[in-house]
Amino acid sequence: MRSYAKNYRDTFTMAGRCLLLSGRNPDTILTSIMLPAMMMVLFVCLFGKVIRIEGISYVNYIVPGILLQCIGQCSATTAVSVNRDITGKMAERFCILPLKKGAILTGYVLEAFVRGMITSGIVLLAAALMGFRPSSDLSDWGIVFLLISGSILTLSWLAVITGLTASSAEGASSLSAVAIILPYLSSGFVPAEVLPPVVRTFAEYQPMTVMIDTMRNAFLGNKADLSDIALAACWCLGLCAVFSLTAGHLFKRKMAL
Amino acid sequence: MINTEISVMGLKKGFKDKEVLRNVNLSVAQGSIYALLGSNGAGKTTTVRILTTQLAPDAGKIKIGGFDLQSQPERIRQIISVTGQFSAVDEPLTGRENLRLMAKMRHLSDPEKSAEKLLREFHLTEAGDRRVSAYSGGMKRRLDIAMSILGNPQLLFLDEPTTGLDPQSRRSMWNMVRKLKESGITIFLTTQYLEEAEELADRIAILDQGEIIAEGTVAELKGQVHRETAEFIFADKETVEKAKLLVRQNKMIRISEKESGFFQEKDGRYGFGVFTGGEKDKLAEIFHHLYENRIHICDFREVKPSLEDVFLEMICEKEKK
Repeated sequence: MRSYAKNYRDTFTMAGRCLLLSGRNPDTILTSIMLPAMMMVLFVCLFGKVIRIEGISYVNYIVPGILLQCIGQCSATTAVSVNRDITGKMAERFCILPLKKGAILTGYVLEAFVRGMITSGIVLLAAALMGFRPSSDLSDWGIVFLLISGSILTLSWLAVITGLTASSAEGASSLSAVAIILPYLSSGFVPAEVLPPVVRTFAEYQPMTVMIDTMRNAFLGNKADLSDIALAACWCLGLCAVFSLTAGHLFKRKMAL
Repeated sequence: MINTEISVMGLKKGFKDKEVLRNVNLSVAQGSIYALLGSNGAGKTTTVRILTTQLAPDAGKIKIGGFDLQSQPERIRQIISVTGQFSAVDEPLTGRENLRLMAKMRHLSDPEKSAEKLLREFHLTEAGDRRVSAYSGGMKRRLDIAMSILGNPQLLFLDEPTTGLDPQSRRSMWNMVRKLKESGITIFLTTQYLEEAEELADRIAILDQGEIIAEGTVAELKGQVHRETAEFIFADKETVEKAKLLVRQNKMIRISEKESGFFQEKDGRYGFGVFTGGEKDKLAEIFHHLYENRIHICDFREVKPSLEDVFLEMICEKEKK
């Protein structure tokens, strides 16, 4: 048990370092808030009048998609900092320290989680200013919280992989492009049914669609669809497991441990 | 009794298509400074990476601080520390924050106090609250080493600690390394500067293409090179010819044959060199001959081989084989 406690302490120290580093570089945090917020303003102002979705105002409709974009943008920051440590010499230094190697990676993810939660909160507030009115009760908020957590963790582990494999920081930051585009190819901004056939098929089966739909239901205070929640949870847990194991394996190989 | 801090026997390491370390054997005494000298690509960094548990060797028996590298890497990590070729510091953070963080990662009981102490020791107290990105190269390197010796490791690896530093920072780095040694730390140093090895190291190993081609103290290494000469300088060409004839009579003395058998100094005087092989009696004999024949010696000097001579000669000899 003691070694578990040690492992957690190292994770907290690593996460603390990453938070401190992120704090010194407010540009990236600002970007991960500004970009989704701007998207929201643009979409609501430009298309809000054109796109009519039955029984729901457009701002209420797009908030889950915007949130996922924001989380994706946040995780790109993690990819860049992982890459910086790997290509620089910091990772090597950490590896020689008598600490659990896993703690290095979980530290990045923990930091990404904290940062992702804060930026998501800010984006939700910005959405409220734009007229976003959720009608969720406590259990709905619980579902929203779990979904946001799940997406942050999944995307952060993906970010760690990107950071470990990219040959430069520029390459690592390309994750943000993926994070911005994927929600468009889902039910995030328009219902999947109106998308062109090929995109529609993709949208129907990609994990973001079920995440977004479930989250939107929770925001609207609709009765939770258990099978949707289960499916979303499966996606999150499954992808998290795959990504984290891959990341661990890549890290070991990269550092030749 | 002198304890052995590092012992390496038959170390081999290859990457895909290249054999980097062919057969490395060395042993480092506790509390000493050991320099691994070699040109770029000789395998210095690979050796350090293996000894610091970052890279697994293909073959070889390695013990560090009494622990076996393969079976007890965790124990070894507790007693060693490394400063790599490039500074491993967080540039956006301040010097103090960097140290505090490293102290936490080393699980020290009072990170704040340890950070403070090292800032003072490494003359960084004033700069402690400035961001590292504003530090000079020498300051960064100092901070880097300070971070490495947090938690009092008993063995410190310094991989090319002065590469890229200006001469002044280099000097102060050398002083620091000496101070570290005084505090009892064993230091394993790699360098491509002969001067640095000569200044700092108790023992030196010359690594060339994955093999140690010479090993010993500076004096021992120099002794292996038959270049020790004495040079006699005379007023003019006539005298130097006469002197040479005299010295030649003694078959035991070899005159260094540079082109014509003598050389001209910048000031126009002439001289020649003789190999002494370290025997001072030979010199006395030459002085005696010259004195008896009333040949006036303007100047005399002993020429000791530099470490560079050793280095070049060893590498040449190896290539001949």
